[in-house]
Amino acid sequence: MVIDMINDDFKTLGNTETSNKVVMSVKNCNVFYGDNQALNDINIEVGRSEVLALIGPSGCGKSTFLRCLNRLNDTIDSCRVSGKIHLEEEDIYSGEIDVVMLRARVGMVFQKPNPFPKSIYDNVAYGPKIHGITTSKEELDELVEVSLEKAGLLDEVKDRLHTPGTALSGGQQQRLCIARAIAIKPDVILMDEPCSALDPIATEKIEDLINELKENYAIVMVTHSMSQAARVSQRAAYFHLGNLIEVNDTEKIFNDPEHELTKNYISGRTG
Amino acid sequence: MFNYLFVVLIVVTIFIYFYSKKYSIKIRNQSGYLHSLPQYYGFYASLWFLIPSLIIIGLYLIFAESFVTSTLIKSLPNNIKNLPVNELNLVVNDIKNLAVGNIANSSSFTGINEAANFYNEQYELIDKVVFYSSLIMGLLTFTYAYKTISSSYRARNFIESAIHILLFGSAVIAIFVTAGILLSVLFEALRFFDVINFSEFLFGLSWSPQMAIREGQVGSSGLFGAVPLFAGTILISLIALILAVPIGLLTAIYLSEYADTKVRAITKPILEILSGIPTVVYGFFAVITVAPFIRNTGSFLGLDIASESALGVGLVMGIMIIPLVSSLSDDVISSVPQSMREGSYGLGATKSETIKKVILPAALPGIIGGILLAASRAIGETMIVVMAAGLSAKLSFNPIDAVTTVTVQIVTLLTGDQEFDSPKTLAAFALGLTLFVFTLFLNFIALKIVRKYREQYE
Repeated sequence: MVIDMINDDFKTLGNTETSNKVVMSVKNCNVFYGDNQALNDINIEVGRSEVLALIGPSGCGKSTFLRCLNRLNDTIDSCRVSGKIHLEEEDIYSGEIDVVMLRARVGMVFQKPNPFPKSIYDNVAYGPKIHGITTSKEELDELVEVSLEKAGLLDEVKDRLHTPGTALSGGQQQRLCIARAIAIKPDVILMDEPCSALDPIATEKIEDLINELKENYAIVMVTHSMSQAARVSQRAAYFHLGNLIEVNDTEKIFNDPEHELTKNYISGRTG
Repeated sequence: MFNYLFVVLIVVTIFIYFYSKKYSIKIRNQSGYLHSLPQYYGFYASLWFLIPSLIIIGLYLIFAESFVTSTLIKSLPNNIKNLPVNELNLVVNDIKNLAVGNIANSSSFTGINEAANFYNEQYELIDKVVFYSSLIMGLLTFTYAYKTISSSYRARNFIESAIHILLFGSAVIAIFVTAGILLSVLFEALRFFDVINFSEFLFGLSWSPQMAIREGQVGSSGLFGAVPLFAGTILISLIALILAVPIGLLTAIYLSEYADTKVRAITKPILEILSGIPTVVYGFFAVITVAPFIRNTGSFLGLDIASESALGVGLVMGIMIIPLVSSLSDDVISSVPQSMREGSYGLGATKSETIKKVILPAALPGIIGGILLAASRAIGETMIVVMAAGLSAKLSFNPIDAVTTVTVQIVTLLTGDQEFDSPKTLAAFALGLTLFVFTLFLNFIALKIVRKYREQYE
């Protein structure tokens, strides 16, 4: 019966446009896995200095959508993406853009902390090294320190930068992954449920960090926690079965959702 | 009679199983409670029957022969009993052959027929004793077990510990067999070291065991320096690894990271076929195809290459271990978590950067373990080198020379009619022991390396 609420020419409710400077814009995006359509005609803008939360029940396409933004879906053979996704002026799915450069500008933090089996220093220096961002050892050292500082990790690890990153606690590992992502100075940071594997204290630290980071980056975050979405995001987008149902200011979505499905989900009746 | 024992044992065991099971069900019905499921009581009682019986049969198998033989010798007439040991053994063998109906020298002494009959009677008697005693012993212990069955008896826990002991026993057998192999080689090798100095064997630079069996010169003038053999083994193995490691590793990377499912579906089985080819066929390949090719190429370039060159053998051996390296590396690379790859792609790394900087370092301990395993295989490989490597021990690290290996020498020392008390044949055991220690050492290092990297990365 919920599916009846969406027909083929469904239009996303609310306001898909951002009031800030547009960093990414998505137009008529469809995603297929083989013959299955995973996302249906998605339109949305991502703005600078804001956190956009993607919410919705499991399997609704949030993560798939997130992975369209840095073309990480390319690594899956059966996946096809149509429509237009622009990063500032460039169409990221056109033949001209280099996917490697795209991913340097659109960083990503994953659900489970995935530091490389290298030292803390080498984890952060990994991106800058492959992109040749720094020219000298001193410059690289400084960039590593600044990135760790921004990720709120420097004080905890500065005297053991050359110990394995995998020896850190879960929360520290996740902040290391954030430091690794911001070391290559991206415009956008994608976060796929960054706190779902962490305890409440580590979660709080990451949320504080996201609040600080949003001043300089556009952040798109998938989350299953309604309270987290309410705490850290400025705009929220509700996905349901591959459709983008509603996009609005977070306050509006949580207090006065426009669509029946959004209302059900927020109040805990679906998902 | 003894032949039926196993059938009887199985039938009785099955009967006891069902009988005890039924009994436990009866107890459950009467008292309304039973600690374990009825079949556990069945197993419990039948184990108590079976194990003592099997122990008695085991003792019979170990001791019966020597017991009967010693009674036989005691019964022989004095003039035969007092013969020297080796002559006495011949007579005893004659009696035994006669007793079981083989062709025997029945005229070695008068009364041999009686002795053979005595031998058979003794055996029949002991068979009878074992038959009844194993059944009676089993039934006694079964009766004890049967009486302990009650509603609160924990048969399930008993079976659990029985399974524990069974599994432990299997592991112990493997260890004992290894120890047995080692000891049997060790004792022969020690006999060799009685004659030949240990350091001369280990550090001597020339190997020429053939001299040792000339008459009147036993052991005194043979040269048993094993260094050229180990040098040859290492040279050939190194050539094999130099070929197999890069090709195998790159194949593994291609298959696990680049190849699409179609290519993988074809390539993997072909590699597996390669690893299934008998080594004797690789030997043909080395002798008939590779060695002449290398020799001809060499003479074209003006090089004088031996037709049994280490290069040819090593290359063929390398081909043999490519599948080993590639399938072990493939497993290790595939087991690196997908999240590592995505983390690296997400930072804008290309596929080859990701492989070089993230996947290979993460997989390195496993890859090194695989390479050392392949090295052990190459060092112990016998058939290819017997067919295609040289026989004369030449101390050389030149790949176009003909060198020989430890395994080749072991084979040549032990094939044909040999006496097992000359240093020449005993040398084979010393070589085997050294090879064993060497591969053990290699495995030890492999484990060390793997553990070191584990500590660092996990």
